[in-house]
Amino acid sequence: MRLLTHNLLQCHVKGCSTNNYPLRVEATNVVHKEADFNPEFITHMLQKIEWNALRTTASALGVAELPEILPLSMEGQEELLKQIHLVLMETHIMDGKLVCPGCSHEYLVTHGVGNMLLIEDEV
Amino acid sequence: MSRPEQVAPADVYYNEEEAHKYTTNTHIIDVQKRMTERAIELLALPEDSTCFLLDIGCGSGLSGEELSENGHVWVGLDLSPSMLNVALEREVDGDLFLQDMGQGVGFRPGSFDGAISISALQWLCNADQRGHVPHKRLARFFGTLYAALARGARAVFQLYPQTPQQMGMITAAAMKAGFTGGLVVDFPNSTRAKKMFLCLFAGVAAEVPKGLDGT
Ligand SMILES: [Zn+2]
Repeated sequence: MRLLTHNLLQCHVKGCSTNNYPLRVEATNVVHKEADFNPEFITHMLQKIEWNALRTTASALGVAELPEILPLSMEGQEELLKQIHLVLMETHIMDGKLVCPGCSHEYLVTHGVGNMLLIEDEV
Repeated sequence: MSRPEQVAPADVYYNEEEAHKYTTNTHIIDVQKRMTERAIELLALPEDSTCFLLDIGCGSGLSGEELSENGHVWVGLDLSPSMLNVALEREVDGDLFLQDMGQGVGFRPGSFDGAISISALQWLCNADQRGHVPHKRLARFFGTLYAALARGARAVFQLYPQTPQQMGMITAAAMKAGFTGGLVVDFPNSTRAKKMFLCLFAGVAAEVPKGLDGT
């Protein structure tokens, strides 16, 4: 699971609608996999990304220290875009768990696959 | 021949053996590939741009590979661990989740530029477990999907409804969740080639108006 995808994931247990994001990463295995750099796509996804959550996660996992505030325009920000690319597209959570800050539900990650199944009374 | 969803729930039906078929049977692979190509076409994505897409019922990743080939980044959801294992073996590029679409999709508002689903939606009409109420599961699915899509995004479902009533139930649930759109039927007069695609639109994309320049 890329950190891009983690950044867009929220707890979906019934009734858990406030304080259900970001899921805290308790990872036992985080890997780096090379990916093609696509600055247009990164810029596009930055509109959807929650920047503070990304900074916190990247820092907690020791991947990168991202700046506190994004520049208004990403034009000419090649270095920053490459750094964000490394965090979003090349950093994968392989094993561990994602914990909801609100209801403490734990979503397991195994071989990179997130288990989002709920038991029936959580739906 | 019975449709798989009439035999057993998806996580039971797609066991190791059935999952294996999806990587070796060239006819299945070919049909899946063509249906995915058509679904992508119906998404009407902006040309030459990389989009972030959701593949609902991604199975062993055949449809996902088609998304990758078209230059997109994708996330796949499936209820069958065996199918997901095959996807892992084949090293597909998408991020995979073990998920029951009847429990909803747990993504933040506006996350995806589009969604596709190949031969999966009809599973949602079954009541496989005690406590499963199809119309409630459909409502939860479409409600959370609508939220997770960017405004103006489309969701295209290739499906095999068992009855016209079932198709009606699915469409009604989608409209209730706020989608517009409807059914596209390819080759309606051929029993073999006929394919149905439910094309849904999540709101309208609007451009920001240009400011006046004083001339
Ligand atoms: Zn929660």
